[in-house]
Amino acid sequence: MAILKVQHVILHFRGVTALSDVSFEVEPGALHSVIGPNGAGKTSLLNCISGVYRPQRGAIHFDGRDITRLSPATRTTLGIARTFQNIALFKGMTVLDNLLIGRHVHEQRGVIAGGLYWGAAKAEEIENREVVEDIIDFLEIQHIRKKVVGTLAYGLQKRVELARALALEPRLLLLDEPMAGMNAEEKEDMARFILDISEDRGTTIVMIEHDMGVVMDISHRVTVLSFGEKIADGTPEHVQGDAAVQEAYLGQSQAEE
Amino acid sequence: MTVADILERLGGDDTFPKLLVRNVERFGARVAMREKEYGIWQPFTWREVHEHVRDFSLGLVALGLARGDRVAIIGDNRPEWVWSEIAAQGAGAASVGLYQDSNLTEVAYVIDHCDATFVVAEDQEQVDKILDMLEKLPKVRYVVYTDPRGLRSYRHPKLVSFEAVEEKGRELGRARPGLWEENVRGGSAEAVAIVSYTSGTTGFPKGAMLTFRNLLSMALALGDVDPKRPEDEFVSFLPLAWIGEQMMSLSAALSVGFTVNFPEEPETVMENIREIGPDVMFAPPRIWENLNSTVQVRIMDTTPFKRFMYGLCMPVGRKVADLQFAKKPVPLAWRLLYRLAHWGLLRALKDRLGFTNLRSASTGGAALGPDVFRFFHAMGVPLKQIYGQTEISGISCIHRGEDIQFHTVGQPIPGTEVRIGASGEILSRSPAVFAGYYKNEKATAETLEEGWLHSGDAGYLTEDGHLVVIDRIKDVMQLGDGTQFSPQFIENRLKFSPYVKEAVVVGKGRPYLTAMLNIDMGVVGKWAEKNRLSYTTYTDLSAKPQVYDLVQKEVDQVNETLPAAARIQKFVLLYKELDADDEELTRTRKVRRGFVEERYREVIDALYGERGEVEIDTTIRFQDGKTARIQTTLLVRRLAAPGKAA
Repeated sequence: MAILKVQHVILHFRGVTALSDVSFEVEPGALHSVIGPNGAGKTSLLNCISGVYRPQRGAIHFDGRDITRLSPATRTTLGIARTFQNIALFKGMTVLDNLLIGRHVHEQRGVIAGGLYWGAAKAEEIENREVVEDIIDFLEIQHIRKKVVGTLAYGLQKRVELARALALEPRLLLLDEPMAGMNAEEKEDMARFILDISEDRGTTIVMIEHDMGVVMDISHRVTVLSFGEKIADGTPEHVQGDAAVQEAYLGQSQAEE
Repeated sequence: MTVADILERLGGDDTFPKLLVRNVERFGARVAMREKEYGIWQPFTWREVHEHVRDFSLGLVALGLARGDRVAIIGDNRPEWVWSEIAAQGAGAASVGLYQDSNLTEVAYVIDHCDATFVVAEDQEQVDKILDMLEKLPKVRYVVYTDPRGLRSYRHPKLVSFEAVEEKGRELGRARPGLWEENVRGGSAEAVAIVSYTSGTTGFPKGAMLTFRNLLSMALALGDVDPKRPEDEFVSFLPLAWIGEQMMSLSAALSVGFTVNFPEEPETVMENIREIGPDVMFAPPRIWENLNSTVQVRIMDTTPFKRFMYGLCMPVGRKVADLQFAKKPVPLAWRLLYRLAHWGLLRALKDRLGFTNLRSASTGGAALGPDVFRFFHAMGVPLKQIYGQTEISGISCIHRGEDIQFHTVGQPIPGTEVRIGASGEILSRSPAVFAGYYKNEKATAETLEEGWLHSGDAGYLTEDGHLVVIDRIKDVMQLGDGTQFSPQFIENRLKFSPYVKEAVVVGKGRPYLTAMLNIDMGVVGKWAEKNRLSYTTYTDLSAKPQVYDLVQKEVDQVNETLPAAARIQKFVLLYKELDADDEELTRTRKVRRGFVEERYREVIDALYGERGEVEIDTTIRFQDGKTARIQTTLLVRRLAAPGKAA
């Protein structure tokens, strides 16, 4: 059964249609990419899934539950985490602190117990640190553990943001252009990390990405949007051969002939 | 002192596995190793290390490892690396360390040449290398990996995890109790412990066979003049395939019983050293040079008050260090000042670097500049020069106690004789001299003559018994007019400048000497920032006339110390750093002269031509095989020719 179902979602802003009747499903454990030309509505779609936007029509089901009307915070507690196209970290805090903040969702103890760092709250904090250290190891950012995020190179900040999303221990991870602005080597690293998250941790991933090479290389399934409409959906090979996709990307080649 | 005396001190525990067993009895629950993982130093007691080694060793035996085989090991410094080595030796096999950044061809050559039947590879990166070449490595029966990360989806009949091998070992241990002890007892001091492949500056690497007797006699003799204690801490961060690291992390650690610490990642080494505060440290010059220049750069960056303190206290440290070098008494006033400098700065500086406890610090492999020496001595770190080859288990000479002389490499360690051969070559003889090159009788015969090891280095002995190393004999060259010069000697002096990272001196059969230099991006970049000089890339910075002016001053200084006929008359700043991935340097960062001269032929032509610049259009290759094109104009800087100008 699909872990994420997007059904007939319609989203418009004052007459501008961002998404018109988009439906697709994501299988558990899949690495699912959403691609499309600029302005196709990819980020809008991700925002509908994470709860930043509320679609006017249609429904989104996560793990069999209708989450269309839930707040972003509630969705996070259900196990949905995301990264942003523009890095959204606390730039003045260390990498470690940024990741520990990601753990707050899982905190059971109150402010007072936590503040006193006593008993169960202490045990919880230690457990949080263990989870975070595991992620630091996983994403190979040991050397910047105690560095302030704002001082790090862009590629590393991207990786830290991914780490923060993982700290939530999500079942569904939404990645908005994880490789934007990276050089070839950084992209290669990031692609490997995303594959590892998918394979080693079994996390379901929905990813928006412009680098077609990477998308076609690592995705299990690809959904293509163009002007707010889904024009194709399938395996990378299938999508690459699709006439509508080629048209959306390359222009109307047939018309020019 | 004879060989027997030295090894007798071990009371019959004359192999690494035997020493491990002894240490369990002696130290049991004390910490033998630590590895930083998940942000915490995870300890392993001698007992735990022994259990891992025993299980892994029996596991290898269960999979078919036989006495006399070889096990190749590749990866970063981790406890599993050392366990694998002792485990292999416990089963009567020899271990062969591979440099973790070696490329496919290098890895395949060594694995095939040493006839390894097992390869222990750390992670996906190393496993990929081996699996890629496995078709050409028919002798390899199993590839064991220690870090399963990214390898879960790999299905290969020859691939097996470290844990799985240990599990097999436990099964065998239950089925045949006493087998491990029997295997350990079966080991002898004369057995080959490691085959250490030397990073040849020419041709294929050669595998030097070193026995336990070689390794342990060297460690014990060195310990006599530079003592280590069981409570010492040591950080293992240089390649374990290198003889120097073998000497510390295995020979010395096992015979003395001190704690070996493994850093979290290569990137965190300096931070980890600070956390551990080692008592013992051995590193090649580039590490000390890096530390020195890092401190200089940081001081430029720090608050005015700290800079003031540095400017005030460091000269005091230098002065006292100089007095000590000259073996003069330090007057009371200077001693008091030094005490103040210690509290005001030096103590904090040492703490920053993690050197607060450092008692035994040494450098070896190449020459280290007097300034760097003075810097560490000023701080109170008793840095010593050592000298040796892989073929003599690492060390033959070291500075003794207070007797530090910059230009020498010290005196022979106990049990080692050093003399100068007919052609000026340094010869040495000791129980640590190797058993020969593996499958290379010819090279062995060329290197060993009646027990004397031919180093290939030119050198001489001073009156007080210190050895001075000039250069490789084959690298002493002649100009067109017959003037002798040693390129490496001049290069080292050029590299003593903080601005010069790498230098290649050319001149064989030519009318005069020239140099191709690499600037140190960190230091020169900082200097450029300070002087409001804008730049983009390494290539761009190297081409700045202001940078040429800066470097020219350094070259002029070196020239002053050289005989007039052997001075550098022209130099260029190269547009890229010399790199081992481009095969311009060996893995231990020595210049491969012939290759470099071939590759930069047009630059050299320009150095001996009349034109003041040369157009460069070339491609460079990155580690992952990608290439990039560089187009630039290289300036040739001409220095005042002493003969003609004056």
